[in-house]
Amino acid sequence: MLDKKGIAKRIAQELQNGWYVNLGIGIPTLIANYVPEGISVEFQSENGILGMGPFPFDGEEDADLINAGKQTITAMKGACIFDSATSFAMIRGQHIQLTVLGAMEVADNGDIANWKIPGKMVKGMGGAMDLVASAENIIVAMMHTNKRGQSKLLRQCTLPLTGVGCVKKIVTNLAVLDVTPQGFKLIERAPGVSVEEIKNATEGRLIIEGDIPEMNI
Amino acid sequence: MNKVVANAQEAIKGIEDNMTLMLGGFGLCGIPENCISALVKANIKGLTCISNNAGVDDFGLGLLLQKKQIKKMISSYVGENDEFERQMLSGELEVDLIPQGSLAERCRAGGAGIPAFFTPAGFGTEVGHEKEVRYFNGKPHILEHALTADFAIVKAWKGDKLGNLIFKGTARNFNPMMAMAGRITIAEVEELVEPGELDPNFIHTPGVFIQRIFQGEKYEKRIEQRTVRPRS
Repeated sequence: MLDKKGIAKRIAQELQNGWYVNLGIGIPTLIANYVPEGISVEFQSENGILGMGPFPFDGEEDADLINAGKQTITAMKGACIFDSATSFAMIRGQHIQLTVLGAMEVADNGDIANWKIPGKMVKGMGGAMDLVASAENIIVAMMHTNKRGQSKLLRQCTLPLTGVGCVKKIVTNLAVLDVTPQGFKLIERAPGVSVEEIKNATEGRLIIEGDIPEMNI
Repeated sequence: MNKVVANAQEAIKGIEDNMTLMLGGFGLCGIPENCISALVKANIKGLTCISNNAGVDDFGLGLLLQKKQIKKMISSYVGENDEFERQMLSGELEVDLIPQGSLAERCRAGGAGIPAFFTPAGFGTEVGHEKEVRYFNGKPHILEHALTADFAIVKAWKGDKLGNLIFKGTARNFNPMMAMAGRITIAEVEELVEPGELDPNFIHTPGVFIQRIFQGEKYEKRIEQRTVRPRS
């Protein structure tokens, strides 16, 4: 089974040289730490920076340089800064090759819910709706089940949707799955996790074809 | 042409109860601190505030929320603010949540004379509810209308007395679009300079969008999530 860092490491293997990538808050942010050697990517933060660098050293924080999670950051050499409309022009105009974000629920048709629990939690969608509506390549990074042990990979989302039919790939603590017209297709198992365990933790339609390899991370 | 005003108190003259304001900033980054303080002191009520976030409990727009001066918030993300959540869940505060890119573009459109536009963001969700849908290139889009405000209040790093503005770092965010969309736009800057001192090639917001400008004082620039890495 993977921890959050493991999920980030596995998703980092999907990065391709020259890509512009938007990382959501939480597990996705960790991906920046595991970019494979020889691969060069630029990270976008939707509050208005391309070429986001690591967190600053203690004492070098700049209140005027933050990411979309409001964390202090640095800018890489060659970074650029722009306003919010330009930022979402990059996203909506499909100039960003990969979006990775977290989710509360994903349905086997690619629907995603991650912004609201009616009556309990309403923080807002931020940029998530724009990102999922336009990105060609969306990977969801999340735990396979919620805190009560219930599957987050469903036949149908129960929470208010963030986007419809948009998720392409999911990497969880248990598995890598592609979203296909027939449902979740199991691609890889996390180290030490059986197909049976994944079956039990997946409520949506699950396609298992042949031997499912274990992740190599 | 005289756009310079003495301070925040003078800058907000004309802002009355029940008006609609736009306020620049992302989280606490690039917010007009001086004008927010002046609005608190002036105790103007019933405001509709268009701003990406609502500050935190004791800073930014949170200060206006605490004094119940805001009737309605139009934002994309309002986490990190307990008082906000309490007022929203109890129904005291009206809240319109908008996808961040649509919010930015609606402000830009408002300032650019474009009354509405189609975007894919929010189709099939609550946001698209009862909005006109049209297909372009086989993909569904929803109609979103432009936003404007009685007053827009922005914060820049440097500005000249003609209102030309330069922002610093990610404090730019929503400020340039909101500057365009106010019937009257107030700019507060860290450094106010004479015309000619800013290189025209590096102006982010042209002065034509700004009606009032002043140099703010004592910027706190509070950091919401201080994150650092150890020196190895």
